[in-house]
Formats: sequence, structure tokens, C-alpha cells
Amino acid sequence: MMELPSAMTARDHPAMDTNTRGQYGDFIFGMIARLAGWFILLVMAGIGIVLISGGWRAFSTFGPGFITSTAWNPISDHFGAATSIFGTLVTTGIALVFAVPFAFGVAFWLVEMAPPALARFIETAVQLLAAVPSIIFGMWGFFIVVPFMAHDIEPTLTHYLGHVPGIGVLFRGAPYGTGLLSGGLILAIMITPFICSVMTDVFVSIPAVLKESAFGLGATRWEVMRQVVLPWSRQAVMGGIMLGTGRALGETMAVTFVIGNSNRLGWSLFAPGNTIASLIALEFPESSAGSLKLSALLALGAILMIISFITLACSRIFLQRGTAK
Amino acid sequence: MMSAPQSHPADGSGWRRGGVQATRRRLVERLVSLLCNMATVVVLFALFSILWTLVTRGAAGLSLPTFMHSTAAPGAGGGLANAIIGSCEQTGLAALIGTPIGMFAGIYLSEFSQDGRIVTLVRFVSDMLLSVPSILVGLFIYLIIVEPAGHFSGMAGTLALAVLFIPIVVRTTEDMLRLVPRAMREAAYALGAPGWRVILSVCLRSARGGIMTGILLALARISGETAPLLFTSLGNLNWSTNLNAPMASLPVTIYQYAGSAYDDWVQMAWTGALLITVAVLATNIFARWWLTRNGTAQQ
Repeated sequence: MMELPSAMTARDHPAMDTNTRGQYGDFIFGMIARLAGWFILLVMAGIGIVLISGGWRAFSTFGPGFITSTAWNPISDHFGAATSIFGTLVTTGIALVFAVPFAFGVAFWLVEMAPPALARFIETAVQLLAAVPSIIFGMWGFFIVVPFMAHDIEPTLTHYLGHVPGIGVLFRGAPYGTGLLSGGLILAIMITPFICSVMTDVFVSIPAVLKESAFGLGATRWEVMRQVVLPWSRQAVMGGIMLGTGRALGETMAVTFVIGNSNRLGWSLFAPGNTIASLIALEFPESSAGSLKLSALLALGAILMIISFITLACSRIFLQRGTAK
Repeated sequence: MMSAPQSHPADGSGWRRGGVQATRRRLVERLVSLLCNMATVVVLFALFSILWTLVTRGAAGLSLPTFMHSTAAPGAGGGLANAIIGSCEQTGLAALIGTPIGMFAGIYLSEFSQDGRIVTLVRFVSDMLLSVPSILVGLFIYLIIVEPAGHFSGMAGTLALAVLFIPIVVRTTEDMLRLVPRAMREAAYALGAPGWRVILSVCLRSARGGIMTGILLALARISGETAPLLFTSLGNLNWSTNLNAPMASLPVTIYQYAGSAYDDWVQMAWTGALLITVAVLATNIFARWWLTRNGTAQQ
């Protein structure tokens, strides 16, 4: 940077020349950058168009009943989306019930309670958990969590909660181990790090003076979190939770291993079920090109895309508003 | 990282003041601390349980034949060589395709804000694409490439991975370019450099540490992806590096083997899982270390 004046004088005369060449280069460079940007729009539009047009046959054959029908019968060519949409929503719901408190606890601990040296180490560990490929979660779930659920957790839950009026029906049924509850638990472990790292970022970014004033008034850490940090960062925290929800909705491999793949709709959380993504992964290889079944799977894909698109759009809006402060 | 308790008198007398309300506040605080500590322990326990399971079950299959032989029928003593090479080929090619597109799109987002709303739209869509369920990308590539071609191919798998790769690079390139100080751009412009030279030789150069990190993290992410490969490169039991034929990959092989009833296949699945996790985590740790060393030093 020290050579700036001399460089300017040296270029004084051929400046005209550089300028025209520069404009030409700028035009080409600008076009390449624009094409790359527009390519992304093209890919996203392509995914949407291809899935909807591929699923069109199923949509037009079954009409709106496709979404409410629980049928999935390749022999009589009757397909419906209700069971897998139900499974997707239930597993995602279970995942959120477990993941949000845990993610919040870890984020709160990292920001307010951990010794700094330990906090850095644990934060990296949590981020590494987010980097583990989903198929590993699936395998671990299948070989470790499923037997544990079948032998210990599910019989215990049935014993203690199975007869409670109202919620008892959720905890009855044969303890297979594979099922909606296991799927939801694996998803919870997968999305906790995502939600946690958004929360940690948000909690750290709050102006120190806000927290210090509350501490100065004698508030405890929990009171500061509850009455200062959370109200201030509410939207960004929601954005982080929605981001995790988006992941859980579309997760395939982790769920496919533990969901049990059965087309049933029922109250029991222990019963095997399926999600949109697991159904596609398991049934796609068995559907021939051009069949109605393939079209039904693509229609399911289109529905999944719409659900996750809405979730992710909400997450984006929340996060933008939440961090704009 | 505020040290709240120190703001109370050092002997803790304010903290220990009596009264029902103070006791209640103290109890709530203790309870929340306890729950947070427990939450952290549980999450760490899950991480270590996964790693422990992988190491104890996968290590048994770590031997030379695993790396030398291709997958084989149960009991025939196959290895994972074709899956490893297939994974490397598809991931590497996807990175080669995705890096320039992603970087140029990132440049577009950060440097061409004069294009107005369409830039905002591209940024929004790129963020969507970042979290779109990867199985849908697999379906998309299946419909536009595999079905018209009539057969599964390594190229289709590569393209599916590239679609997942691009938005990660877009995001990091844009973020890193935004960190380049305004004064540096102005200095370059004042030297008479045309816009594209300023971006390529000054901005990108000073942001390269961060962008490299992004590329490495993206590489780690796509190398563990299974769902988009199921319907595109399908998997192949034999040694094949032909992009126009079905190609094996580590994640798909793990998926096929883990669900099988043969002990040696399950063993191979654990070994593959160990390999891929070690590769992914090592890349992540290296990328983070690289960022703290090179990313911030140049700003």
C-alpha cells in the first residue's frame, strides 16, 4: 500500500487503454457472476418443476384425497400420503420436544456457566456432532438405540405411563424398538447441535451492557436469561428452531434405519411408521419408471418440498429480523 | 462469557440473604444450573457414544485387504476399495464442478448489489438450497439425468453432490468477501485496476483463507451424503471408475451392508462408517484450525 502514489503516476498515461480493456473484462466477469447466480435460481426452480410435474399423475389420479388417504397398496395401485405426512410431523415433533430444551441447556451452559477453556472445547465437540454424517446416526440408532428402546425404555414407559388416562394410549403397543419414538429421538440428537449453535451465536451477540445492567440489579443468571436475553433474542432463537425443524423434516438416512417402515396410522409412539423421506428412500428402488407408484413418490417429494420450503422461509425471515437489531 | 457470580459480594452474603423470595430465586437458579449441566453431559455422552461405538466395532475391519479388495459376496472376504475410490471420485469431481459456480455466485451476491432485488432473491434461494432435503436433490437428478439416459451413473451422483456443494460455497464466499475492508477495494480502484481485477486479485485473495475453510467444510458435508446417491450412482459391487456406469460409494455401501443379515457385511459397514466419520471429522477439525490460523490473520 506504500507504493500507491508512484503506482498512480506510472499508470497515468496508459490509463485510457486500461480502462477500455477493464470495461470489457468487467462485462465478461459480470456476465459469468450473473450466470452463476442465476444458475442457482434455475436449479431450485428445476427441483420444484420436476417434482411437481413428476407427481402430477398421482395428484390428478387421486385428487385432493391423495393427501388424506392412508392407503399405500402397490398391488391395487392405490396410494395416499396421509400416513407418511403424519409420520414426518410426529417424528419432527418428538425431535423438537427433546432437542429444544437440550439445545437451550447446552447453549445457556456454554454462554454463562462454562469455564472459558472448557467452553471452547465443548463448543467444538457440539459442532462436530453436527458434522457427523446422517447415515452414522442411522447405524448407531439401529444397533445401539433400538435394542435399548426395545428392552428398557419402552417396557418401562408402558409400565408406568401405559395406564394413565389420556396420554396412556401413546405408550402402549409392542416394544419393537423401531418406530416413531426411536425415529424422533435420533432426529433430536441430530438437530440439537444445529439449534444449539444458532442459540449460542445469538446469546453471545447480545450487547453486554444489557446483561450487565440486569446483573447489576442483582438478577440471577436464570433471571437475566429469562427476562433480558430471551426477549431480546426471541426471533433469532425461533429462527434457529425452525432451521432444526427443516432438517428434521427432510432427514432420510437416520430415520430410514429406525422407523420400521410400516404404513400404519395410530396413536402408539412405539409402532413402526414411515416418513415421507424414508418412504421415498425405501420404495423408490422398487418402483419402475413411468409407474403410478413412482409418480406417487414424486408427489410425496413435492409435498415434502413445500413443507420444508415454508419452514425454511420462516426460519430465514426470523433469523434476519432477529439479527438485524 | 460473563462471570455473573463475581458481581455479588465476595463473601456471598448478598446471595445468602434469607427470606422466602430469595430462597426461591436461589433454588430456581440452582435447578436451572443443574439442568443445563445435565443437558451438556447428555449431549456429550451421545457424541462419545457414537464415536465409541464406531471405534470399537469398526476397528476390527481395519486391515490391508479392506483397502485393497473390492466389495464381494458375503463370506468371500471382500473389502471396500471400490467404494472408497468411488466416493473420492464423485466427491472430488463434485467439488471441482461446484467450486467455481459457487464462488462466482458468492461474488455475484456480495459485489453486484446494483442488480437489486434479483440479488436478494438469489441469496434467499441459495439459503433454501442449503437446507433442502438432500433426498429431493437425488430425485431431481434422477428425473433429469438418470431417467432420460436410461441408466444410473457416477456422473449423476457427482452432479447431485455438486448441487449440495454449491450453496455452502456461495454462503462462505459471500460472507468472507463482505469482511474485506472497504479501504482495500478503494486502494485497488485508485491504482486504476478494473473491477474484475479488484475482485479477483484483491478481495478474493484476502478472503481465500475463509473460502478454503468453506470448501473443506462443504467437502466434508457431501462426502457423508447417502440419500442423493441412492437414485443416481446407485452403487456397484465391482471396481469401476467409469463415470458413465453405476458407481459404488462409501455411504451407499454402508447403507446396503448395515441392513444385511451377514456378519462380515455388517462388520464392513462399521469399518466404512468409522472411515467416513474419521475423514469427515478430521476435515472439520483441520478446516477450523485453518480458519483460526489463516482466515483472521489477513483481515
